[in-house]
Amino acid sequence: MSAPADTPVTSNRGWYRRNEIAITPWLFLIPGIVFFSIYVVMPIFQSFWISFHEWDGLGDKTYVGTAHYERLLGIGDQKMDRKFEVSFWNNIKWLVLYLLAIPMGLFIALFLNQTVRGIRLYKSLFFFPFVISQVVVGLVFSWFYLPREGLLNAILGFFNMGSLNILGDPTMATYGIIAAGLWPQTAYCMILYLTGLNAVDPEQVEAARLDGAKGHKMLWYVILPQLKPATFIAFVVTIIGALRSFDLISIMTNGGPFGSTRVLSFYMFEESLSEFGFRMGYGSAIATVLFFIMLGFIVYFLYSMWREEKEAR
Amino acid sequence: MFPTPIERKSRSYQMAYQGLLPMVLIMWLLPLIAVAVFSIRPDADFTNGNYWGIPSSFNFFENYGKVFFESDMPRYLLNSVLITVPTVLGTIALSAMTGFALGIYKFKGNLLIFFMFIAGNFVPFQILMVPVRDLTVNMNLYDTKTGLILFHIAFQTGFCTLFMRNFIRALPFPLIEAARVEGVREWQIFLYVVLPLMKPALAALAVLIFTFIWNDYFWAVVLTQGPDAQPVTAGITAFNSQYRAAYHLMSAGSIVAALPPVLMFFLMQKHFIAGLTLGAVK
Repeated sequence: MSAPADTPVTSNRGWYRRNEIAITPWLFLIPGIVFFSIYVVMPIFQSFWISFHEWDGLGDKTYVGTAHYERLLGIGDQKMDRKFEVSFWNNIKWLVLYLLAIPMGLFIALFLNQTVRGIRLYKSLFFFPFVISQVVVGLVFSWFYLPREGLLNAILGFFNMGSLNILGDPTMATYGIIAAGLWPQTAYCMILYLTGLNAVDPEQVEAARLDGAKGHKMLWYVILPQLKPATFIAFVVTIIGALRSFDLISIMTNGGPFGSTRVLSFYMFEESLSEFGFRMGYGSAIATVLFFIMLGFIVYFLYSMWREEKEAR
Repeated sequence: MFPTPIERKSRSYQMAYQGLLPMVLIMWLLPLIAVAVFSIRPDADFTNGNYWGIPSSFNFFENYGKVFFESDMPRYLLNSVLITVPTVLGTIALSAMTGFALGIYKFKGNLLIFFMFIAGNFVPFQILMVPVRDLTVNMNLYDTKTGLILFHIAFQTGFCTLFMRNFIRALPFPLIEAARVEGVREWQIFLYVVLPLMKPALAALAVLIFTFIWNDYFWAVVLTQGPDAQPVTAGITAFNSQYRAAYHLMSAGSIVAALPPVLMFFLMQKHFIAGLTLGAVK
């Protein structure tokens, strides 16, 4: 039905047809690259640029050099910005504690990896918190923690354990928010591990069982190595999730009490769009610091993925 | 299978497991159940301090009716739909194309562009916030749905390209070679060979992006302001200040705001999970 490919027609065909295989990918890439460059790649550099300026978002930018970074980090004869310090340490708390979602998710996945009746529905319902928006999760938990009306204190009261005002106490508020964040994050890790467990090689498991492996030894030496891809993704999404935490803080405490629950992402937002005038330059400097913290992880993630790409070839 | 299938254990062990399941589930969903119970309570229960006793009456219709007929909630919900649906369509169109280009063709810079998309996807939102807001204001799109949609499409294209490209990579390549030998044009290969095979990927991404965008809060606050353009995640805070301390109404409002992605999840569960767990299995 088609003409033989090696006829002299080739030279008569248009330029596009002759170079079709080389040109087509770029034609398909252009819209995506244009959008992505305008909204994601360029803004990163613009933010660096703005962070060296004083800017209210409307008028002219005034160049101030590294003054914002000096103020943030307390270089020279000034003290480190208190709010920045609190935010930074809260970010560290988020990073460390958020990782608990991974073992918790694994634990629930192991618990649910059975084939009893209705287990599919159970799995869906356990996963459920992840589908709800963080705004609603934040509201749900802030009501759960309410000192008078909240269920938590109703339960504590039932067991005569006194009452807590978690979100009102500067020493506990951040942990209360992280707990709320762990809820959907654990659900996500759980579903990753459930999928991973599904693909574990049954023959290896049986063989190991015949060799007398069981319980935590089996888990550690036979199962976990096979779950490595799932663990990697769980790690990536949890780290990114921890550093992106904004919604929950904004909804549950709005940074309070006494600024004790601020993290860098929230502090940046507060400075840039604050009620006392927009400090976009200072905000951008905070964002840049956050970006470089994240960059360490991003480089590691990309390196791992790149290595796999090379292996796959 | 690990852990040991329950069928191989003793009868009493099985019974214990079956009994434990619903209890653990209730504990897991406790905060949510609490809100659901709040949402059907009458106002009087709160003034009387009857927070956790039996509701004095069943006010499902009154409370949810108020949400739908006496607040801006329907407007916010509509905004959410009008933001989410175009974003889903736009993202899928763009990323099907980028995924095709990166998955099928070998050319210089292929991996580099691919990794640019992945890297952009991991970036903290705050580093984009000031310039994106400025750009949106300059285009006269501040406080419009279009402004939000454009940004969302651009940002989500990163993740979707990763997904599409890996999916296309797994398709049998001889199929494309055969089409080329037949003299099929490249764009026709995309349209008639690759696209039909990508249906599962398209479905998975559609539900995922729907959920991500519906649940977005940060960009909604940064790029929009009032009930004209704000989606329901941002609108709920306005709703809550309208009904301050009326926990039964605020609970009903949050449940309504959370519901569409939940429905989407239960209807399209298979695709949803396939999308989320991409790469979790080798």
